[in-house]
Amino acid sequence: MNVIDQGVGKIFTDPDADKVREFFRKKSRKLESKVMSVKEAVTKFVKDGDYLCIGGFGANRIPASVCHEIVRQGRKNMGFAGHTSTHDFQILCAGEVFNRLDIAYIVGLEARGLSPNARRYMESGKVEVSEWTNYSLSVRFKAAAAGVSFYPSRNIMGTDTFKMSGAKIIECPFTGTKYAAMPAIYPDVSAIHVHEADIYGNCRARGITVSDFDVARASKRLIITCERLISNEEIRRDPSYTVIPYWCVDAVCEVPFGSYPGNMYGEYFSDEEHLREWLKVEESPEELKKFLQKNIFSCKDHFEYIEKNGGMHKMQMLRQKEHMFIGARA
Amino acid sequence: MADYNVMELMICTAARELEDGASIVVGTGAPNAAAMLAQKTSAPNLVIMFEAGGAVPLIPEMPISVGDSRTTWKALMASGMCEIMETACRGMVDYTFLGGAQIDMYGNLNSTRIGPDHQKPKVRFPGSGGANDLASFCWRMLVMTPQDTKRFAEKVNFITSPGWLQGGNSRAKSGLPLGAGPYKIITNMAVMDFEPESKRMRIIAVNPGYSEKDVQANCGFELLKAKKIVENKPPTKHELQILREQIDPYRYVIGR
Repeated sequence: MNVIDQGVGKIFTDPDADKVREFFRKKSRKLESKVMSVKEAVTKFVKDGDYLCIGGFGANRIPASVCHEIVRQGRKNMGFAGHTSTHDFQILCAGEVFNRLDIAYIVGLEARGLSPNARRYMESGKVEVSEWTNYSLSVRFKAAAAGVSFYPSRNIMGTDTFKMSGAKIIECPFTGTKYAAMPAIYPDVSAIHVHEADIYGNCRARGITVSDFDVARASKRLIITCERLISNEEIRRDPSYTVIPYWCVDAVCEVPFGSYPGNMYGEYFSDEEHLREWLKVEESPEELKKFLQKNIFSCKDHFEYIEKNGGMHKMQMLRQKEHMFIGARA
Repeated sequence: MADYNVMELMICTAARELEDGASIVVGTGAPNAAAMLAQKTSAPNLVIMFEAGGAVPLIPEMPISVGDSRTTWKALMASGMCEIMETACRGMVDYTFLGGAQIDMYGNLNSTRIGPDHQKPKVRFPGSGGANDLASFCWRMLVMTPQDTKRFAEKVNFITSPGWLQGGNSRAKSGLPLGAGPYKIITNMAVMDFEPESKRMRIIAVNPGYSEKDVQANCGFELLKAKKIVENKPPTKHELQILREQIDPYRYVIGR
């Protein structure tokens, strides 16, 4: 195929669909329990140097406990998909977990402002970057989920975002229209937080889906955290609710309030007070160090983190906030 | 002295651009306030969507994230990134609001970096997010921003999201969907559109209290001028009341 133009950005993951078929050929299809702790899941499935993707939308339905555990266990030199990433990105930057990055949205927490520490990290030169967009990364996962090596899209052309990406411009063989060819991303490992899962990893999620269903299928290894474990009988009672099938999943970790301090649709709102504190302490590297010691390194797990930040009283307040629709930013 | 501030004026001006029955993808903050105001005044059937997947909610209060649960409250659909972006790519989204650290005379936006070294930028911003996608796909891109000579730059450090690119027919040649592009720029001082041939930014209205001269003095490139430049209408009492009491009672946006 004739390549009309191409960006100079690096492609950090191999888009070759046949190589990944060989990987998936060997992946287990066994219906067996995958229940384990987050600590165990990260130890087993997240390695130094892996390319990582985090599900959800920044501070909405994120697997916060997995992000903390990755930092706690000191993973380094990872690749990361900065796709709609806000608080998850902030956590991983605090641990200096990755050194190469596909960028769609980074360093910001939307209306909350920019993360001073994430900015310092991104301006330090320690991270090699390629530039993309939210939809570009979405279709890169979509291509991978479909088992193909690229997906054509009509964005990005003519801009510097394209020049700093790894996309290539090609011509449609039917109409002659130009398209940006987006190379598939097959992450080594991803983590997604859902509402419910059975012990095998059949998942139910409510609210917006972002790109998670494609991410789940694109990933070589997948860690699921869920608000609640439910029975396999319940899954079979109405399979139309299953959005991620068990054969994509490697670990199932039950983590109630697992998206905290993020929002979880229909369950609890984000903890804006705590997110403001994160942004505030980041102004001083010393304060951030103390903050991380308290909230990540000295915590055994997600429950201890929640205990230190208001425990069940706080969780109940956030549940009320989610359901009463008042003062989202308060 | 007028009894409204610059942010309120920009939001009211922006809201009037959105006709009833049109569709729009919005972000948080001022664009969201403008879409909500339009819905509560002149465009009750405005179809509001969020890039993360929320489609046609009855927004109960201003969201803090384009993916938080307020974006799907009493919505018609809780979908995903591809659903919304592809609806726009198919040609069914009329408007979007975007912004950036810099904008040039063709409406190209920079929200990526300041400084020459991409791998070690002087200042790093969030990047495109969904902005490049929406600027590529939505029929009419609107920008709401205060203006000064730094922000309205002769040359942006980085074209994150496409305006009319290098002007003329350069955008059409790039491969981006035909017919879509920057529509109006709403600032604290004026409203600009783009001259149809050259695709250069052009003053079409000035806000009360400002002259054409002020607008040009606070812009880093030469602005074209429409044959007839009108004075922009200030916010009405009705608009201000809805904005202050129903949309942003805590003044998160209008208090800025």
